[in-house]
Amino acid sequence: MDFIFDLSQLTDFLATTLRLSIPIIFAAVGGVISEKAGVFNISLEGCILGGAFGAAVGAFYTGSPFGGLIVAMLCAGGAGLILAVLGVSLGINQIVAGIAINILMLGLTSFLARFLFGGEATTMTLVGFHPIAIPGLALIPVLGPVLFNQDLLVYMMYLMVPAAWWILFRTPWGLNIRAIGQYPRAADTAGINVQATRYYAVVASCMLAGLGGAYIVLSQVFVFTEHMSAGKGFIALSALILGRWNPVGALLAALLFGLFDALQLRLQFNSPDVPYQIFSMAPYLASILALVLLSGKVRPPAAIGVKFVRGAK
Amino acid sequence: MLKFVETLYLFRSLWAVLAALLVGALLISMTEVSAWTAYRELFSGAFFDYYGVASTLVKMSPILLAGLAVVIPLRAGLFNIGAEGQIYIGALTASMAALYLPEMPAFIHISIVVVAGAMGGGLWGFIPGYLKAYHGINEVIVTILMNYVGINLVSFFAGGPMMQEGAPYPYSPEIAEHLWLPWIMDGTDAHAGVLVGIFLAFVVWVAMRYTTIGFALDTVGKNLTAARYAGINVKRQILVSMFVAGAIAGLAGTFEVIGLKYRLYHMFSPGYGYDGIVVAFLAGLNPVLVPLSALFLSGLKAGAHIMQRATGLESTVIDAIQGLVIIFVAASLAFRFDRTYWRRVLDSRKALHQTLEQKT
Repeated sequence: MDFIFDLSQLTDFLATTLRLSIPIIFAAVGGVISEKAGVFNISLEGCILGGAFGAAVGAFYTGSPFGGLIVAMLCAGGAGLILAVLGVSLGINQIVAGIAINILMLGLTSFLARFLFGGEATTMTLVGFHPIAIPGLALIPVLGPVLFNQDLLVYMMYLMVPAAWWILFRTPWGLNIRAIGQYPRAADTAGINVQATRYYAVVASCMLAGLGGAYIVLSQVFVFTEHMSAGKGFIALSALILGRWNPVGALLAALLFGLFDALQLRLQFNSPDVPYQIFSMAPYLASILALVLLSGKVRPPAAIGVKFVRGAK
Repeated sequence: MLKFVETLYLFRSLWAVLAALLVGALLISMTEVSAWTAYRELFSGAFFDYYGVASTLVKMSPILLAGLAVVIPLRAGLFNIGAEGQIYIGALTASMAALYLPEMPAFIHISIVVVAGAMGGGLWGFIPGYLKAYHGINEVIVTILMNYVGINLVSFFAGGPMMQEGAPYPYSPEIAEHLWLPWIMDGTDAHAGVLVGIFLAFVVWVAMRYTTIGFALDTVGKNLTAARYAGINVKRQILVSMFVAGAIAGLAGTFEVIGLKYRLYHMFSPGYGYDGIVVAFLAGLNPVLVPLSALFLSGLKAGAHIMQRATGLESTVIDAIQGLVIIFVAASLAFRFDRTYWRRVLDSRKALHQTLEQKT
């Protein structure tokens, strides 16, 4: 653990923590929005994967990372639309619908990636975002390079989390979302269109998760690989519970999981003779432990997972 | 006529599968291969060829058992997404029992190995069950997270303490030949695991339909308040159903080791636990239909490789089609047969006919 006392190693460690947290942060905040509106979003995992795939396709065909971002949001938003149709309109159990979407995205992205990229799939390097140092701020020791020498998507995340908090808790729009998640009948009586608001919330939620996937492709690895979401969406689900359905809380919880992930990478590196898988479990175990410690202390939105039918008793 | 419409509704899973295959055909026709050829190679390979049938049955063993592991808790309203991890832990404990126990008569040893596998998987199902029953923690998230823990745990053992010396990648030494499951088709890999699976599906069906245990489980799933009022111990139902489910998934892992691979490999399951979810919904949560839907899904998977060899079409297209199958089956759940609605529709149609006939 002596790396904590070495400044350059500490900087490196914190940077890794942030890097590993970003996809979880995007997905967890997305999950907060959808669950606040009363819709379980188990499909975050599939949305991250869809976003990653979309980012690769967009960047590949337009030659620009911005093209990647747009296609990423379209793919993930499409997955969100399916979830909304199944879980909000048709009233199918939202967990079933979410699982179905995860399985669909896993198969569809694997097939389409091989179809579109062919043999190049794993060897190509896509265009992506590169770090932009913010003058002045980037010079602060340790925190400067960690926080202010990042790429566009990270800066977007800095804006997105407070924006999500502000929208949810300080605007009428957010009040509508929270109302339909707590007591849809009252919200309906007050003139809020419950179904439409749930649609917006779910699609927005999935698009955010898609940005998380886009970050993996456009800022980290510059290539799409099958099942590259690797459970991050599920960790995001526990992060949003740990963060008590609050975007800022979700951010902090996601950072905690990122820290565990960075720690396990460091431990792998420091003890090569121990099979690394024993460390790989860390973020998942930490998630389970966090859920156990929090149990009974937090409460999800009251109407979550419940289909709303206008005029029904 | 009403009967006919009702029958149409009864087979809605079948229509959903056909719709998925149809959309899948669109996916395939994006490539240079014709969908007709692809499906012909796939289904004739999987179901009408000796070695093809054998490889279908090889996959059917874990998929069928994983399907049961999803169905049982779901009857009580619990989502067991953790069959994958339970398969891994079952394989781990079974291999430990197979490799490290002292010499003993084969019959006793094989029983211990099977029980160890079931217990390992059962424990992996029991933990989320316990957390759900006594701490109210969402079992979906816990079972999923425990999959990753289970998979990594097996990789750790297969690549560390249990690793075969000099092995190029993580796997354990071979287990003794007297512990191997018998084959059911000469000259192929098809092993008896699938027969155990079919037998268990029947047992689960009987237990669900004719015993108080099954009735209690169903009551918990259908109406929690009624279950409590009737004096059913809901917590115990949760624990028991998750343990039994985990144990059955553990058997799937056990049979992969003693029936097929004869070693504990890391990453040996290509997601059989998740296939179990598809199978469970395809079967409409009816245990007796689980073997049928498992047969279909494993045929799809085994046929995918045969199709790839024959046509050059990427077998991953079948993963996409499998995703479509579960989306369409899930969507079809929304369409329930509404007798009064259809009676009204048919009656008004008859009335319309009669008026038309009177006029002419």
